[in-house]
Amino acid sequence: MTTSDVLLDVKGLKKYYPIKSGFLKKTTHYVKAVDDISFSVHSGETLGIVGESGCGKSTTGRALLRLIEPTAGEVIYKGVNLASLSDAEMRRKRKDLQIIFQDPFASLNPRMTVGEIIEEPMVIFNLYGGESGRKQKVARLMEEVGLKPEHMERFPHEFSGGQRQRIGIARALALEPTLIVADEPVSALDVSIQSQVLNLMRDLQKQYGLTYIFISHNLSVVKHFCDRIGVMYLGRMVELSPKRELYQEPLHPYTRSLLSAVPIAKPKAKRERIILSGDVPNPANPPSGCAFHTRCPDCMDICKVERPSFVPMGNGRYVACHLYTNGGG
Amino acid sequence: MTTAVAEKPVPNSPKPKRSKWGKLLRRFLRNPGAMIGMLLLVLTVVAAVFAPFIAPTDPDQADLRARLAPPSWLDEESESTHLLGTDQVGRDLLSRIIYGARVSLMVGILSVLISMVIGVILGLIAGFYGRWVDDVIMRLADVQLAFPFILFAIIVMAIFGAGLWKLILVLGISNWVGFARLVRGQVMAVKEMEYVQAARAIGATNLRIIYKHVLPNVMSSIIVLATLNVAVNILLEASLTFIGMGVDPSIPAWGGMLADGRNYIETAWWVATFPGIAIMITVLGFNLLGDWLRDELDPNLRA
Repeated sequence: MTTSDVLLDVKGLKKYYPIKSGFLKKTTHYVKAVDDISFSVHSGETLGIVGESGCGKSTTGRALLRLIEPTAGEVIYKGVNLASLSDAEMRRKRKDLQIIFQDPFASLNPRMTVGEIIEEPMVIFNLYGGESGRKQKVARLMEEVGLKPEHMERFPHEFSGGQRQRIGIARALALEPTLIVADEPVSALDVSIQSQVLNLMRDLQKQYGLTYIFISHNLSVVKHFCDRIGVMYLGRMVELSPKRELYQEPLHPYTRSLLSAVPIAKPKAKRERIILSGDVPNPANPPSGCAFHTRCPDCMDICKVERPSFVPMGNGRYVACHLYTNGGG
Repeated sequence: MTTAVAEKPVPNSPKPKRSKWGKLLRRFLRNPGAMIGMLLLVLTVVAAVFAPFIAPTDPDQADLRARLAPPSWLDEESESTHLLGTDQVGRDLLSRIIYGARVSLMVGILSVLISMVIGVILGLIAGFYGRWVDDVIMRLADVQLAFPFILFAIIVMAIFGAGLWKLILVLGISNWVGFARLVRGQVMAVKEMEYVQAARAIGATNLRIIYKHVLPNVMSSIIVLATLNVAVNILLEASLTFIGMGVDPSIPAWGGMLADGRNYIETAWWVATFPGIAIMITVLGFNLLGDWLRDELDPNLRA
């Protein structure tokens, strides 16, 4: 399953959006959508990224692929820093790195037939030696993702949400990539369809040897689907851990409160729920020190002043919390 | 039972292959406004294309004995043989109106094509690239809008002389702003759609994104605006010709006929009235069709 060779290494990734105000549109401060995130992805694994809405997980996924230009940081894929490539070089690299979008209604061009949509990446990279070869590949892909190849000439609006997501998956597979960023691929779908699409993604992972970065806000889905999980809060990664360890013994107080909110199928099971007080702080004006200190049940004095660094805890676990760096309260 | 065995299994997709144009046609046939609009336009186009075969006489042939002859169906002495009467030098009004359709359609359509090409290209660039490119193009548009069209037309005509092609060019150049603004706004919305990001993710260049993903999704609005603009430009052509700044007076044009007729409006009302009705019919036709297209081509309303 998980092999140790690193496919993608992210170092200090940042995405800041300037806020301009005043008459001369001077940049007064920044929204730090993604602030200094580092992690690595191993070949063949599924890395989950979770967090509540607005925490920057989608931005992270898109900045990795440079669909959003990162402000700073390195994204090293097979020894090449994607962030420093020219536009043309990056376009060539896109063959290996694909994305599946959240909204299957917005991510398909309504003016193109399904066949054209799936074929387009192959047209751009001039694969399969011409139109007839590409059409055959399109038919094969449609079968693989569970669509009828006869429906090639139809338009996206003639399909259901689940079917459209399958179209998006077929498009991502058309270039036979090694890494796919799945940006909340099932959160727009009915619950009954979600597991079908997840199973399809898992089958395809085995078949093609894919590596996934799976972005989600749904902890149950992530638990089912991922090998390792990174937890984000307010643009920062607070914990990164193999799945089993994370669910058994969450280290960061934020992870603990998240996990305590996951519904479980035993109505009589007793457990402690950690309810966070207050709202998520404004990312344009994040709290000093640890961004979580305003809501943290274990907040200490140092948390208000000093930002905790993301440190290894052994067993492939990382956490950014003063509880662990300073020997606890 | 033998027949049942002989029958081939029904193919999986028995859906009748009705294209989107087929659907459009069906809805068109159910819409009276669109039908009337199309009918009026067909009338004008047929007149323009087949003018030499339809027109009862040569439009330039003057008959001084039959000056300002009334329409034949109004003439009590039944001397007039002209269906819509004649003008002040005895030319057959019907023939001149039929030939006049050529000028109106040509000016209307060609000038809009010119504005469309300029406006759409600039609008795509401004909307897609944004930043300073957008600022430059949109300030250019403001300047263009601030410049009075009639003044611009008069200056050009005064320097280079009047003429059909100059008129088309003047109209074309001065009306691009509408297209540019429309396209820019729509492009700014479309380029934020996820399918544009998806196109970028599969390695599409900006050029490919613009013409494969952005342009097709703003095309319907462009067609609607173009149709409505043809009507406006036909009116502008008629106005300019009316004030003597448009088409050469030797060519039969509705605006010029209107101008000729206004001196006789009390004694021979038909000279000015019939060209006016011709303008109205054509403009109404384009407007009805444009309104229908606007309702129809909105992809959100399509079933």
